[in-house]
Amino acid sequence: MASAGGATLLDVRDLSVRFRTRDGIVQAVSNLSYTLRRGETLGIVGESGSGKSVSNLATMGLLNRAYTQISGEILFEGTDLLKLRPDEMRRIRGKDIGMIFQDPFASLHPMYRIGKQLAEAVLAHEDVSGDAAWSRGVELLEAVGIPNARSRARDYPHQFSGGMRQRVMIAMALVHNPDVLIADEPTTALDVTVQAQILELIDRVKREFDCGVILITHDLGVVAETATHVLVMYAGRAMEYGPANEIFNAAQHPYTWGLLESMPTVEKRLETLIPIEGSPPSLLHPPRGCPFHPRCKFRFEPCDGELPPLFQVPGGHLDACYLSPERKRDLWTKRIGAELGVTG
Amino acid sequence: MLLYIARRLVWTIVVILVVVLITFVVFFKLPNGDPALRFAGRSPTPESLALIRHRLHLDKPFYIEFGYFAKNFFLGDQNGWPGLGYSYEGSVPVMQEIKQRAPRTLCLIAGAATLWLVFGLAIGVLSAVKRRTIVDRLAMGFALFGISAPVFWLGLMALYIFWKTLHLTGGSGYVAFSQNPGAWFSHLILPWSVLALLYIAIYARLTRGSLLETLGEDYIRTARAKGLSERRVIFRHGLRASLTPIVTQFGLDVALLVGGAVITESVFNLQGLGWLAINSFLTQDLPTVLGVVLLGAAAVAIMNLLVDIAYAFLDPRVRYA
Repeated sequence: MASAGGATLLDVRDLSVRFRTRDGIVQAVSNLSYTLRRGETLGIVGESGSGKSVSNLATMGLLNRAYTQISGEILFEGTDLLKLRPDEMRRIRGKDIGMIFQDPFASLHPMYRIGKQLAEAVLAHEDVSGDAAWSRGVELLEAVGIPNARSRARDYPHQFSGGMRQRVMIAMALVHNPDVLIADEPTTALDVTVQAQILELIDRVKREFDCGVILITHDLGVVAETATHVLVMYAGRAMEYGPANEIFNAAQHPYTWGLLESMPTVEKRLETLIPIEGSPPSLLHPPRGCPFHPRCKFRFEPCDGELPPLFQVPGGHLDACYLSPERKRDLWTKRIGAELGVTG
Repeated sequence: MLLYIARRLVWTIVVILVVVLITFVVFFKLPNGDPALRFAGRSPTPESLALIRHRLHLDKPFYIEFGYFAKNFFLGDQNGWPGLGYSYEGSVPVMQEIKQRAPRTLCLIAGAATLWLVFGLAIGVLSAVKRRTIVDRLAMGFALFGISAPVFWLGLMALYIFWKTLHLTGGSGYVAFSQNPGAWFSHLILPWSVLALLYIAIYARLTRGSLLETLGEDYIRTARAKGLSERRVIFRHGLRASLTPIVTQFGLDVALLVGGAVITESVFNLQGLGWLAINSFLTQDLPTVLGVVLLGAAAVAIMNLLVDIAYAFLDPRVRYA
């Protein structure tokens, strides 16, 4: 990518994930590549089932390898995570790469105290006393903005609100100062007012803990706030990938346009939101050619033939669409850009 | 917590009373032989029969008889508390009869329950962890066998093989622990195993199902994401949360067995409470029937209470509710 970031933390190359199921092979992720540098926030955007979570579960080594075929490389600071033995992967999980999940109500164990769960995370990778681990947990609770952290550590998850629980999850992911923080739809289950706080918090800890963040979401609005880079996924494939300002100001792919058009903002009234017609394709039998072409308003001859490769577009990002750059600029400024108040 | 337990206790007593009343009513609707006749012995005179009827309150409406029963029960009779009266059959105090039978049944249940908890949980966990492998299939095959095999058949087979053929264990009958601990164990090992087998099968399936469900929860993924060892994920996070349904089932099973390990007791001739219940029903021995029913109901109520208390310890959400 063009922007000068810190050292490369994650370099995912040609990642494909296949699930064997009773009905056949699900092509959950296909030929996906992206990089994450220290200090960057990579927003991965797509509808449910687009493979955005699966690719990151692969990074965490949390996919059951018995039913999953994974190919490609996931280089973490030069080491291919896919080649590690389970116990080697376990030592990286939660230590060098932390992850927080969508539903903070279900992601904490209901029967253990918050402090206990944090201390457990400390002890998983560090040989310290129980008291020291507990204190470290309390420190982290303070760092993520939980008031009265010392006494709240003795509470159980059900005594916390959703936003507070997500803060706890973030604290838990940070106990070992990880290099990479993966946030899988961290705000989806939360109230709108709390969403902004959590996003701010993630952005703040990225700076304070000097790590790279992968922010998985179906909501471009979430990405708009904090992401430095955006990867748009559809049907397990990268549709468009580049610096965030490029994507928001000069989106190239009709699917990205669709996401932008269907994104509510304060100015837009509900009736002006344009949904993307149809639904995502089955990953058991993905369509030939561009996976988006059955729903695409601008499809033409080549779309159902060969799979479009990722073209380097003038602005410096990648885009998997056969439309010519001129035609895209035309469409973008006339139709979508105008509507969004962006001028080409 | 104390208030909670007190409330549960009061409620428990009400439940037991209702159960006894229903038993009483049902009993009086039975085609009845005259208990006085049996009570009176071999050559009754009309006078002695009348006297017995009067003393047993058989000459009064049943609710009066129930009143006397309830009064004795709560205040005790000449044999102490709770007063359960004398059996029609043999005129023995019912309490004495129960005191004699109860240790046999309780020993049987305690041993069997220990076996089935240990093996049931172990097989269930193994099966869940090795899901869809040969280990899982074998374990579940065994479970199906355990659930399907009739206890009386298993009991007789076990006796034939381990006692009659191999001479490894004691035969049927019961030897008190205080009399001879070795013989006590040797006579109980077969009934324990046979009774436990069915429950091992049930608990293995229950544990497997419950654990598999828990292992699909988000917080298990969190535990793995923390980098915990798989052993810790399964036992500290998975099994811990899977225990609730198992504890529920366990309380109920143990309670029901107090009055109902009938088949096992019969096959191994242990003559415990189940045996007492069946015999007294067959001879329409109302006081004994009532005694056993009371004990059974009390066992269910007490076990439920214990289960509820266990919940509070297992699950903080219950504690604070």
